Amino acid sequence: MSALVPPQGVWWKQPLDRVEGTWIVIAFVWCLIMFFMMPYWHVFGKQNLSNEAYRTTPEMFQAKTQAMVDKFKVREETDLKIPVVAPPPGSDVYIIARLWSWWPMVELQEGKTYRLHLASMDWLHGFSLQPENINIQVHPGYEHVLTVTPTRAGTYSIICNEYCGINHHTMASRLYVVKAK
Amino acid sequence: MMAVNRLFRTCPSTGLVYHEAAEKLIRWNAVAGVVSLLVGGILALLVTLTRWPAVHLLPADWFYLVLTAHGLDMLVFWIIFFEIAVLYFAAAVLLKCRLATPRIAWVAFWLMILGAIINNVAVFRGDSSVMFTSYAPMGAHPAFYLGLILFAVGALVACFVFFGTLVIAKSERTYTGSVPLVTFGAVTAAIIAVFTIASGAIILIPTFLWSLGLVAHIDSLMYRTVWWAFGHSSQQINVAAHVSVWYAIAGVVFGAKPMSEKVSRTAFFLYICFLQLASAHHLLADPGLTSNWKIFNTSYAMYLAVLASMVHGLTVPGAIEVAQREKGYNRGLFEWLRKAPWSHPSFSAMFLSLIGFGFLGGISGVMMGTEQLNLIIHNTIYVPGHFHATVVIGTTLAFMGLTYFLIPTLFRREMMFPGMAKWQPYVFGLGMMSFSLFMMGAGTLGVPRRHWDMTFAGNALGYEFPGTAYLMMGIMGISGIAAIIGGIMYLLITVGSVFLGKKIATPDFKYVAAKDGVAPKPAPQPAFGASGHGASIGMAGFVAPGTFVLALVFLTSFILYYFVNWKYLSTVWPLS
Amino acid sequence: MNTAQDHSEDVTEEPIPAMQQILDNPFLLLFIGIAMPTVLYIVWGVMEIVGIPVAK
Ligand code: HEM
Ligand SMILES: [Cu+2]
Ligand SMILES: [Cu+2]
Repeated sequence: MSALVPPQGVWWKQPLDRVEGTWIVIAFVWCLIMFFMMPYWHVFGKQNLSNEAYRTTPEMFQAKTQAMVDKFKVREETDLKIPVVAPPPGSDVYIIARLWSWWPMVELQEGKTYRLHLASMDWLHGFSLQPENINIQVHPGYEHVLTVTPTRAGTYSIICNEYCGINHHTMASRLYVVKAK
Repeated sequence: MMAVNRLFRTCPSTGLVYHEAAEKLIRWNAVAGVVSLLVGGILALLVTLTRWPAVHLLPADWFYLVLTAHGLDMLVFWIIFFEIAVLYFAAAVLLKCRLATPRIAWVAFWLMILGAIINNVAVFRGDSSVMFTSYAPMGAHPAFYLGLILFAVGALVACFVFFGTLVIAKSERTYTGSVPLVTFGAVTAAIIAVFTIASGAIILIPTFLWSLGLVAHIDSLMYRTVWWAFGHSSQQINVAAHVSVWYAIAGVVFGAKPMSEKVSRTAFFLYICFLQLASAHHLLADPGLTSNWKIFNTSYAMYLAVLASMVHGLTVPGAIEVAQREKGYNRGLFEWLRKAPWSHPSFSAMFLSLIGFGFLGGISGVMMGTEQLNLIIHNTIYVPGHFHATVVIGTTLAFMGLTYFLIPTLFRREMMFPGMAKWQPYVFGLGMMSFSLFMMGAGTLGVPRRHWDMTFAGNALGYEFPGTAYLMMGIMGISGIAAIIGGIMYLLITVGSVFLGKKIATPDFKYVAAKDGVAPKPAPQPAFGASGHGASIGMAGFVAPGTFVLALVFLTSFILYYFVNWKYLSTVWPLS
Repeated sequence: MNTAQDHSEDVTEEPIPAMQQILDNPFLLLFIGIAMPTVLYIVWGVMEIVGIPVAK
């Protein structure tokens, strides 16, 4: 029962087994590969979560979103008359997360790049874009700015995947991607 | 000065020496853990039957309540009570030492009980369905935080009783040389526990004050960052603890010696240094923390703690292989494994725990803990899939295996239902493996965690998940039920044996109360020499070639799965 | 084979290597195990959060 009894004397100088030695080398190399994949992807990969974030307030973020809606609204949807906005490529797009909806809906163009701003008005929410399966945490008091390029036209869903209270499972919205004009 | 209780009992079947006070505390902490497991298990059934779309049992408010309680009773109360029992065992029993300050240890125990009860009451009152993470600014009833804080204080005190016992063992020379490897693993767990609990205090105390209206604001990002230093590190206590239990069971069942003390202890040392950094896994999809911080921390500083786990994953079965080969099962690559005692529940539980933890929990954990890959996983049901593989197959199953060893030696009872015990680890372990796998599968299709209704019934804007997602959630439900049956078997066997099992007498044991006389301290451990293996076993200069091959199979799966996910990531929308 | 039957550790024939002494010292390990994550994870992380600029 040796793992249960105290080893005596000097065990530090005991020579390594070949099995252990070989495995440690292999495992360590693999660990380094995994480590360097992350910086590698920042340089050569295309999917990296933006580090750009600002401290904000619900009022400030609401005002910026409202300004975008006033400028680029193209229609309203559902009984709740949720505005759909179609800002031009390259512009700033704002989506508010709040109990329990995303506001407004946006329509983007395929292959074009946008600066997407996310913030919550109240509690934590989870921006989960389906079926792309891109998932980002949305905080109150912080404005997260991501650069996104939708690659395929279609109707996407944004669901909430951070538990945000009793109606968490009702918090869903849409995001349209249309062919570039 | 109070008389020091030096009443010891030697277990005739294992030779282990139990200090009376330690024995009682180990029993009570283990029992409190198993009671939490029972409560958490009932809740698991309700949660599973709700997430199984065809059944969808509970209404939404009850689902979120029960899920909150399941998380707390399992992850916090079951695991930590049992871990305190493991710590006391590793210090007092393995070092043949009296437990330091038993009275304070009892205070710790009752604080933990009180905290657990207060917290559960708060949740079941219905106004604290905030999940065990209780992310501010979503607020719970003050009693929710108070209960957690009391529990944490109790656990912290218990850790210091453990450290105190180490000091006594050293000064009373109850052992010579270094502490046993299993105790060293427990030291690792206790160190991580101290950091964990301190972080919990840093964040939960202000949040408690905030819930009372005494603090104006809790920043959500600050909360998540510090909370996860508590929430994730507590998972690292589990890793250190269940790896120690693996070593212990390998020693008990096979008499296996660690292949090398140096390697195994250095691996634990890497845990001490780096394991806790992985709390960053939970913040990879959050704004405001830079990629530098995320990459450094999520990778445990270049995956040094993963290296340590890969080492333990090799050395535990490697030690078993060497022991088996030395017993004569030296033919071929795998005779040692074929001839292993597969119907011994301690062994089968330990082995399934090791395989499940490595292949399912470990690989998935490293994958989703990669900064960019986390984007396609964060908060999907993949995450509970991963951690049921780590904390249920890894930790819980290992603890189950340890219980089978403890029933005769610690509780002095014969095990009831030995036939059922043979099957229990398989039912529980294989059920849970399937459960985790299908949860992960559904997660890759985007199914969210902590979500009452994946159909979005009646919601004009709802998302329609593909049929495969429903299929996987259904299989998850069925597998979850299988695992729950395995859990019931465990509870029947342990509760039955501990309360109704046939008593095993300890010959020559006379109870002497501490006040009636102080016995001399027990004789020190017999000394063992440093281990060396005979050169005659194994193949091609490898003493454990079978384990090495298994390790290569593991590595291959790891590499394939890792890069498949990068490939998948490369097809989603470009982001920067 | 080193079987130190003598119970006083200081009489072992070989001096204990430094690394083994470190691993045998739980309180030193406790210090390391708290200092590392406190500095690298908590302090660094909190500094980054505090340094987030205010939106325009
Ligand atoms: C037979 C055993 C078990 C089954 C069938 C089971 C099932 C489940 C299910 C279905 C969920 C819900 C996932 C979601 O909707 O997000 C869940 C969550 C969870 N389970 Fe288990 N579980 C079992 C045992 C355990 C054990 C032993 C532990 C811990 C040691 C545990 C810890 C958790 C935690 C921490 C959560 C997450 C709660 C949250 O998201 O707040 N479970 N479990
Ligand atoms: Cu939400
Ligand atoms: Cu939500």
